[in-house]
Amino acid sequence: MGEAAGGEGASRYDARRARLTALYATMLRIRAFEDAAEEASRGGVAVFGQQAAAKPAAVRGPLHLSTGQEAVAAGVCANLRRADYLTSTHRGHGHTIAKGGDPGRMMQELYGRAGGSCGGRGGSMHIADFGVGMLGANGVVAAGMPIAVGAAHSVSIRGATEIVACFFGDGAINRGPFAESLNWAQVFHLPVLFVCEDNRWSATTPTGSLTAGEGAAARARAHGIEARTVDGNDVEAVDAATADLVAAVRAGRGPRFLHAITYRVKGHVSVDPAAYRDPAELEAARTTDPLLRARTALASLGASAAELEELDAAARSEIAAAVALAESAAPAAAGSAYTEIQDCGGGRWRS
Amino acid sequence: MALVMTYAAAVADSLARAMRADARVVALGEDVGRGGIFGQYRGLQAEFGARRVIDTPISEATIVGAAVGMALTGLRPVVEMRVVDFALCAIDEIVNQAAKNRYMFGGQGRVPLVIRMPSGIWSASAAQHSQSLEAWFAHVPGLVVVAPATPQDNHALLAAAIACDDPVAYLEHKELWGESAEVDPAEHVPLGRARVCRAGRDLTLVTWSKAVHAAIKAAEQAAAKGRDVEVIDLRTLWPWDRETVLASAARTGRLLVVHEAVEVAGFGAEIAATVAEALGVRVARLGAPRIPVGYASSLEDEARVSPAAILDKIESLLA
Repeated sequence: MGEAAGGEGASRYDARRARLTALYATMLRIRAFEDAAEEASRGGVAVFGQQAAAKPAAVRGPLHLSTGQEAVAAGVCANLRRADYLTSTHRGHGHTIAKGGDPGRMMQELYGRAGGSCGGRGGSMHIADFGVGMLGANGVVAAGMPIAVGAAHSVSIRGATEIVACFFGDGAINRGPFAESLNWAQVFHLPVLFVCEDNRWSATTPTGSLTAGEGAAARARAHGIEARTVDGNDVEAVDAATADLVAAVRAGRGPRFLHAITYRVKGHVSVDPAAYRDPAELEAARTTDPLLRARTALASLGASAAELEELDAAARSEIAAAVALAESAAPAAAGSAYTEIQDCGGGRWRS
Repeated sequence: MALVMTYAAAVADSLARAMRADARVVALGEDVGRGGIFGQYRGLQAEFGARRVIDTPISEATIVGAAVGMALTGLRPVVEMRVVDFALCAIDEIVNQAAKNRYMFGGQGRVPLVIRMPSGIWSASAAQHSQSLEAWFAHVPGLVVVAPATPQDNHALLAAAIACDDPVAYLEHKELWGESAEVDPAEHVPLGRARVCRAGRDLTLVTWSKAVHAAIKAAEQAAAKGRDVEVIDLRTLWPWDRETVLASAARTGRLLVVHEAVEVAGFGAEIAATVAEALGVRVARLGAPRIPVGYASSLEDEARVSPAAILDKIESLLA
């Protein structure tokens, strides 16, 4: 973008800066949300050699953070419409926020509040907001994939126009539903964008050590699905690649596959210190942090330090309000354990 | 108007009627386009096309998982698992996804889904094609469990299952496909309602699926010996018709539950315990021994619940 001066060049330049600003703002909101959730989860679960705190944490249960992976959620979802569907993984806060989910309702869900997006029944691992097409995070690796494919099949049968974005991790490509879903989507020519958010860790094991062949994109191509691999920490690259792939999916050309390579900065869950990891690997990852890169790119496009600071402050303030709401909200009523289970036989919980 | 139909033809007719009445109803599974391996989808693809009667890859997990995605987004899928044993390849999708979706997402979605899982011993099919696993599904909150024993009930209960907004584990019996009887396509059978097949005063015999027929035979043999057995076909296992069973057992003072599934931890134990707790009457159960179903007839027969064995149990309970 050396030709910043002059008509069309200037408008392209402005458009790029506006787009990147919006992507950066989304990433900031995700980061702020997860930082706050992490803080509220300290001492919540006694795993990975950690002790549970004497005072129960506000956010209990497993909290899987996508810190360092925000560019994938932001870059992909910037190309989705509200009516489009999305299925997520157990690491789904970022996808939900980027799809338009309300952080206040999400934080309440993490706190187990009645006003949470799932009424306190799901927590972090089952975060969902059907109102924005976000059909749910999932506690089972790769389990969102068949559901995504089915939503796309439904769109196709009903002659509707939505598309489906299906997020999964690098660990998921070693589960059967991955192969089944790719095959199904291709055979039935369905409007799905598969997004492999490759953070290079399968829980506490490096995925590469347990994955044969050339990786996610190669497996997609083996099913005849056009696939692109992208630097998942470069939000503009994710955005651009997704734009191309989504255009093809919307045009009815069948499924497409995005392999976004990123890095899981935190442990498997928030209380996992990831002591099994080479500290040098983490240090290297910090230099390629997607927020840092977006910020640097924005500065090079002329954004002032004050403007960038303002974006960050706006995100922090929005999330602080979400935390304050969650802190003061009423917990899920015990009686709600008996609702929304089933209609037929509902109300009868013992023989 | 009543027509004579087989168990397979009755259910195909029921599905066709549901598909004519509601464009949201679709069927999917392996080989359903050619009518299904038992003829239970005969004629449907010709009428409704491959878009609504969908031949799928051999991908059980994705058959059920995709159906969950369809159900969440406006369709009412009926999926075919071919045999219940294959549904074990989709157990995550049935138990963790279909059954949990509504609850864990706080009621944001509904999963109106019928999962057809032909069950039971059939034609020397051995250990992986002969199981009766209804107790597994009855154990899972969120699921409705149905096991029709007659052509009439297979017609009416499939219609009720399709109309239900919950995921339904629908267990047809593989040795009943060819059974013929009168079917009134207009008859409505609500889920959760048992049928008294034979009234009696001395003992209440609760059963379901194919074991209903063995139980009726045994009751007839008992009648010849002066024992008056009431036979109740449960039809729906969850929610099971507690009122009908308790009212009958309170009258007769004795309960026997009979099923083809393995007796240990079977659903019969649930009914027997409930009745014993509520009424304090004598209860007994009869199911298969805890052995896999063998191939040779001599082995397979060991896993069957025969009218003679039921009669023995009736005698001992009335002794």
